[in-house]
Amino acid sequence: MDMTKLTTTLLATTVLTGAAGAAMAQEELNALVWCDHMDPELIAPFEAEHNVTVNLREYEGTGAALALLDQSRPGDWDVLVIDGIDVFRAVDAGILAPLDAAQLPIADFFPEVVMEDVNTVDGVTYAVTEKFGYNTISYNAANVDPADMQSLVTVWSEKYDGRISIYDYYLPVMGLAAISQGIATADIGSDNLDAIGDVMGTMRSRAASVAGVVAAQTALATGEVDIVVGGGEWLTAVLAEEQPDLTWTIPTEGAVRWSQSIGVVEGTEQPDLALEFVKYIVSPEGQARLATSSCFWGMPANAKAGDILTDDQKAVLRWDDQPDYLALTQLYPAPDDALDADMQDLWLDTLSQ
Amino acid sequence: MSTKGQHAQGWGFVAPALLWTFAFFIVPFIVMGAMSLATLDGRTLIWGLSFQNYAELAEKRFLWRAILVSLEITLTVTVVSVVLAYPLAWIIAFNVPKRWQRLALLLAILPFWTSYVVRSYAWLLVLARDGVVNQTLINLGLIAEPLTLANTRFATVTGFVHFFVMLLTLTIYANLVQLSPNYRRAAQDLGASAFQTFRHVILPLTLPGIVTGAFLTFVLCIGDYVTPQILGGNTELTVPQVIMVQLGRRADFPLAAALAIVLMGIVTVAYLASARWLRLDRL
Repeated sequence: MDMTKLTTTLLATTVLTGAAGAAMAQEELNALVWCDHMDPELIAPFEAEHNVTVNLREYEGTGAALALLDQSRPGDWDVLVIDGIDVFRAVDAGILAPLDAAQLPIADFFPEVVMEDVNTVDGVTYAVTEKFGYNTISYNAANVDPADMQSLVTVWSEKYDGRISIYDYYLPVMGLAAISQGIATADIGSDNLDAIGDVMGTMRSRAASVAGVVAAQTALATGEVDIVVGGGEWLTAVLAEEQPDLTWTIPTEGAVRWSQSIGVVEGTEQPDLALEFVKYIVSPEGQARLATSSCFWGMPANAKAGDILTDDQKAVLRWDDQPDYLALTQLYPAPDDALDADMQDLWLDTLSQ
Repeated sequence: MSTKGQHAQGWGFVAPALLWTFAFFIVPFIVMGAMSLATLDGRTLIWGLSFQNYAELAEKRFLWRAILVSLEITLTVTVVSVVLAYPLAWIIAFNVPKRWQRLALLLAILPFWTSYVVRSYAWLLVLARDGVVNQTLINLGLIAEPLTLANTRFATVTGFVHFFVMLLTLTIYANLVQLSPNYRRAAQDLGASAFQTFRHVILPLTLPGIVTGAFLTFVLCIGDYVTPQILGGNTELTVPQVIMVQLGRRADFPLAAALAIVLMGIVTVAYLASARWLRLDRL
């Protein structure tokens, strides 16, 4: 090879390599997520490691997410974070792609939150749990008797009339109402909605407000209310440093356990990168960052995250109490469409009282 | 240029606006109307000509209750805003020296400069149990225990009025400054008292400004989601809040569309009732 040819070849190789590098640098991953994934502390390490830009879009409510995906073209979205109980809805709608569970550290997960029945349809895994926590009772220990918070019935008793806020989401709140009546969340049905409605009515009559996340935090932090029914670590953990009296508990009757799952969107044009993102999120490092996200804290599904979280962080998350909490709590109600519509109507009817 | 050429040029000028209106109002409205006649079977949307969603308005108490609450809040806000804005506009128009009027108007619209959501949360803090209002009343010895102000209809109305007084002040002020001072002088020369002059001369002449501002207040207020959601604390539900619940989890677009059509119907009635006095060109 003469020098001219060699120079040309080297130049061409350099240009092509540079172009390929530029193309790789422009690679993008589009994820439809909850607000806890918006934390740059969580996303930046993945972007740096894979030389990729992760475009995140936050949503609230599975219905909104499904509508958005329905209006998108195949390949627009790569990753979806979804309420654990709604994974089957996304699978029914053909939105989630099968996930290679063998590549994920599911064996390291807390066994109670693997929830194969939720994340698997007809033996095929479509999602994995990434974070969980509790819809229970948050309260200001300086203003209420903590002993009263150990029973759901006393929480919404006359003693705390006007000092309660109810979390603005019907599934966990109706779950708590059911648990207070000895009805398992899995057994909620049209035959016991009246009994649950009675409890909701009492709860509503005692409440000063029915509030979303920010409004509930504001109400608790400013002393507008002393109790948030449906609250939990996700509500008070970010406030704990400044206001240590704001805490949470799981009453003796139990509480509701929430979970969020992550999966790869069907039709993605970069399934390998999407899978890498899922693997990162459920890795101990990703899990520790997700658990302590600036939007809201929650327990990581992967128990190995405990090796990375600090003692202070684990104390806020009540790491050592998890075995008891997991035993005491029940999964969100997962109604079918007809029951879901009835529950939503009951909720709106209660709010309108 | 020939008449034909002028005609074509005229269409050329209005075509972009017509296209815009067609694409972003007429088409979405038709889609929304069609959607309101569809039904949801499980998670499957079934297009058709069903009036089931409208029938639900009569069947479900919370739906017509939401319509009633929306109307009550909107009418209260409109009336209170007009009552507060009129004297403010009057003072700026007739009692503030000309050279200070621009500054006074600037101060009047200052709240518009902050985010709507931030302003609502600020009101939440002001009206809280340990907020400025309650602390002031307690320190003045007027109340012993804090009043429940936040998360009430009062809070919702207060947040709305704060916003809409500014809007109404502008529309009424624009009307007042256009009035010739000769009207007042003539009335007084004819022996009318100050009140009679206002009642029989000024008020009728400024009615277009009042009605225009009131109509805009009505339209913006009845369709607002943020203020009742943040300040009302869900202690009662308005139509936009119910629409959001329908969309959030179940994605019940047909029922949400039917509710939106009902809202548009209410706005249309408000328009027809006020059309005689509306002068939107004065904005």
